[in-house]
Amino acid sequence: MLCVFASHNSQEEMEQEKRTRPAVAMAGFVQQTAGHKGAYSSQRKKEGEGRSCIRYRCGLTNTIQDVLNQRPGWVEVKDDGEWDFNWCDVGWLRENFDHSYMEEHVRISHFRNHYELTRKNLMVKNLKSEYHIFVEEFKRSPGSTWIMKPVARSQGKGIFLFRKLKDIIDWRKDGSRSEEQKDEAQVESYVAQRYIENPYLIAGRKFDLRVYVLVTSYIPLKAWLYRDGFARFSNTRFSLSSIDDQYVHLTNVAVQKTAPDYDPEKGCKWQMQQLRQYLTAKHGFETVQTLFKEIDNIFIRSLISVQKTIINDKHCFELYGYDILLDQDLKPWLIEVNASPSLTASSQEDYELKYGLLEDTLHIVDMEGRLTGKEKRVGGFDLMWNDGPVYTDVGLEALGSSCLVENTLLGCVNDRQKQLQQLLKPFPGQKRT
Amino acid sequence: MITENPVDITSVLMDESAELSVSVTQIVQRLKGTHLHSQLEKQAKECLHKPEIKLETLKDDVRRLLKASGWERKLQNAVYRELHILPPSGHPRAPPEHTKEPLEYMCKAQVNWEKRILKSLNSMCTELGIPLARKRPVPEQKELTNKWNEMGTDEPGNADTNNLTCSRLHLDVLVGLRNPNNERSEDLTVRSHWGLIQVSLNVRDIPQMREMYPELGLTYGQLGIDDHTHVPPDLFESEHIHIGKKVVSEQDSAAAQQYSRQGCPTGLRAQLWSLILNTTNDPEDITHYEQLKARVINHDLLVDNLIYKDVKLTASNDDYYFVFEDYLYQVLLCFSRDTAVLEHFSYNSATPPKSCIQNKSGSEQCAMVYPPNGVIPFHGFSMYVAPLCFLYNEPSTLYRVFREMYIRYLFRLHSVSSHPSGIVSLCLQFERLLQTHLPQLFYHLREIGAQPLRIAFKWIVRAFSGYLSTDQLLLLWDRILGCDSLEIVAVLAAAVFAFRAENLMEVTSLASAEAVLADLSTLKVMPLLQIFLFATSV
Repeated sequence: MLCVFASHNSQEEMEQEKRTRPAVAMAGFVQQTAGHKGAYSSQRKKEGEGRSCIRYRCGLTNTIQDVLNQRPGWVEVKDDGEWDFNWCDVGWLRENFDHSYMEEHVRISHFRNHYELTRKNLMVKNLKSEYHIFVEEFKRSPGSTWIMKPVARSQGKGIFLFRKLKDIIDWRKDGSRSEEQKDEAQVESYVAQRYIENPYLIAGRKFDLRVYVLVTSYIPLKAWLYRDGFARFSNTRFSLSSIDDQYVHLTNVAVQKTAPDYDPEKGCKWQMQQLRQYLTAKHGFETVQTLFKEIDNIFIRSLISVQKTIINDKHCFELYGYDILLDQDLKPWLIEVNASPSLTASSQEDYELKYGLLEDTLHIVDMEGRLTGKEKRVGGFDLMWNDGPVYTDVGLEALGSSCLVENTLLGCVNDRQKQLQQLLKPFPGQKRT
Repeated sequence: MITENPVDITSVLMDESAELSVSVTQIVQRLKGTHLHSQLEKQAKECLHKPEIKLETLKDDVRRLLKASGWERKLQNAVYRELHILPPSGHPRAPPEHTKEPLEYMCKAQVNWEKRILKSLNSMCTELGIPLARKRPVPEQKELTNKWNEMGTDEPGNADTNNLTCSRLHLDVLVGLRNPNNERSEDLTVRSHWGLIQVSLNVRDIPQMREMYPELGLTYGQLGIDDHTHVPPDLFESEHIHIGKKVVSEQDSAAAQQYSRQGCPTGLRAQLWSLILNTTNDPEDITHYEQLKARVINHDLLVDNLIYKDVKLTASNDDYYFVFEDYLYQVLLCFSRDTAVLEHFSYNSATPPKSCIQNKSGSEQCAMVYPPNGVIPFHGFSMYVAPLCFLYNEPSTLYRVFREMYIRYLFRLHSVSSHPSGIVSLCLQFERLLQTHLPQLFYHLREIGAQPLRIAFKWIVRAFSGYLSTDQLLLLWDRILGCDSLEIVAVLAAAVFAFRAENLMEVTSLASAEAVLADLSTLKVMPLLQIFLFATSV
């Protein structure tokens, strides 16, 4: 089946009527040992007081491992050991979440039904007879290019572009798809999107933005925006005449890596600060301010639209990777939301970015109970939404008028170390450097 | 009786006002041939139709109208620009080579340096069997036209890296400079110069620079310091931006240059630099660029291989400039074919290389300048263009700004001369600053075989392009334009050593010293400069 949406105003398309939430069997839970009552819990301190030893479980082997490993007072537990903190992958979540009882202090890195936000077809109104509606839409804009994406796959697999309906028909008959796909009893869902034909180009190259948003609660909605991020460049030059060239149009690093002229030494990313500077130099300060405000709106609208459908759980937090594309008129478009953004580092700079991101995430989750809860900034994260818009404290008097300034600083200076030193008490047993 | 030629006496007694009138005549002469001149004529003629013009006061009325419509400002800017590139005035009897470079041993060294580069180029020619220039066959021309915007995707061709002159050879030439009139003993004393540059040139010290560039001082607001996040914008930044907007709307070249000493706001920088360099984007500029592009399409030059190789080795590998690879080709290939660049050799100590064309009968014909612009690219050359790509993305504008920056400042970084902004003076200034203000460090580095200039040279030659983060580099180049001098580069090099002095005192080898200074990407340029220039005790 095919679902269709024009790739803008995604907040409307993100209502979802049919939820496939499994029945949560809380009664008669299986003894999954998250925060299970045991020797430790008899010494358990009250919520909010610092803990001296935090047991964590980590399902991934990349940057997050280093961050957790190097955090003072945190010890890893494996397999069936009890844990206070779990950085899990979505597979583990699917299998185990419903069977685990978590004590109040325990934290886990995903919401149970995060896919409401991240699976592409669930961002869309669920339509019957989608294909015919798609054909209608298609005929309404002749000559435009469309992009087809499989709903449940990632890393750029299975994506292709087309201009004629004939191309889809050919594709369905195409024998080059893998054998396992054909054998699957299930029909794979795809999303067809209007392809943004006039992306904003830098030196002839297309790029998209990866931005990180941390949500610690959906009801009420509390979301933080990380100042760092990056722009990922397509390795080849953009031109609509080469729609068969997957390498041109897809900017996912995973796809770029397989391009023939990909040079891993080169890297094809710019830090968000670079991008912001470049755009400011080209378009002026006010235009870029407006652009980043619109980008903020994308985050907020997308989160609000799933607020009622996501199962809110105070144990859960989630770090999203948002992919944003800019068009020639400097309008931002949401491409997709990733609940498991890649944490593998492609370079030293990338490692430092992700390390800081994850470290600050853990600061905000605050297992150690060092925050008051009133902070508007923690390290590189700025509080973007707290059951309502958040404004900065600074500058209100300086501006004279009652002009309020939003508290988001994407692409701005990230002096997180300095801020953290001033904000946080040292870890128990650790001297302040 | 010895009779002096009366002309000699007059010239000896030539005073400043006469010199000035010579300059004025020169400038008027140069401006007469420009597009601006014909535009002014046209505007003046149109003024005649205006009712306000009276025959009795014709001249004044026309002048008034031209002033009101902004044409006087344009003329002022053009004159200002000409002043920048005026060849140094010298004795009327002196041959042009002497006015370009008065010191003979420098001239000789430059000539020898040029010979080496040419030898390298010729051997490249022979090895690869490629002619210096050849006409492209039509299918190749078509292909290049189609690929003009994505030349970066091509393979660079078979140029050998060895043929790209690198900075180490350049440094050796400078180190070998000796003034034959000045015998120096080889003993190292407190009074001798400890560095590599063994010639004495007049370079400014800190007190003199404080006087020359007071706007860099502690009492003046600076972009790069006073726009930091914790400083309220009311203190400096907002006002500075406001003034910047005014300068741009007034289109005043001289004001822009003065303004730039305190830094250019990111949103205004492109316009301000354009204004300082007086580059416009008139139809004639675009036409000129298109003509150059046509020359690139029609002919392939051997030096193009050097350009390809350089871009692939430097800019393409840079974390931030890799995106602009295509622009770099578009600018540099055109640059090589731009004969307008030859003008700058009237004040550049270098001489453009000439190639002899053999006609079919084998006899040598007239010598032609090769490459057409007289500048042979070297390793790192593309880094002069790369930072500009951040500001300009119209190829013709980017090209014009780069060309103007090159003929005003950048050429001095790779030709041997005694000019205060020339590479020799900058190196000497760097060493002197270090020896005067950080003698312990200098001595220590010297002892472990890590002469500071060996490390700093590459920064100075590239004016720090590729070594600093881009926003810091642009702040530095703001000051180069503002102060109309490259001295600030030498000062920054010394300031970097001062900043890392503690670590450097602990190293015991050249390799470890280089490691300490390998990564400058986190440095903040303006605080370093201010502290070194204005907070060092003298």
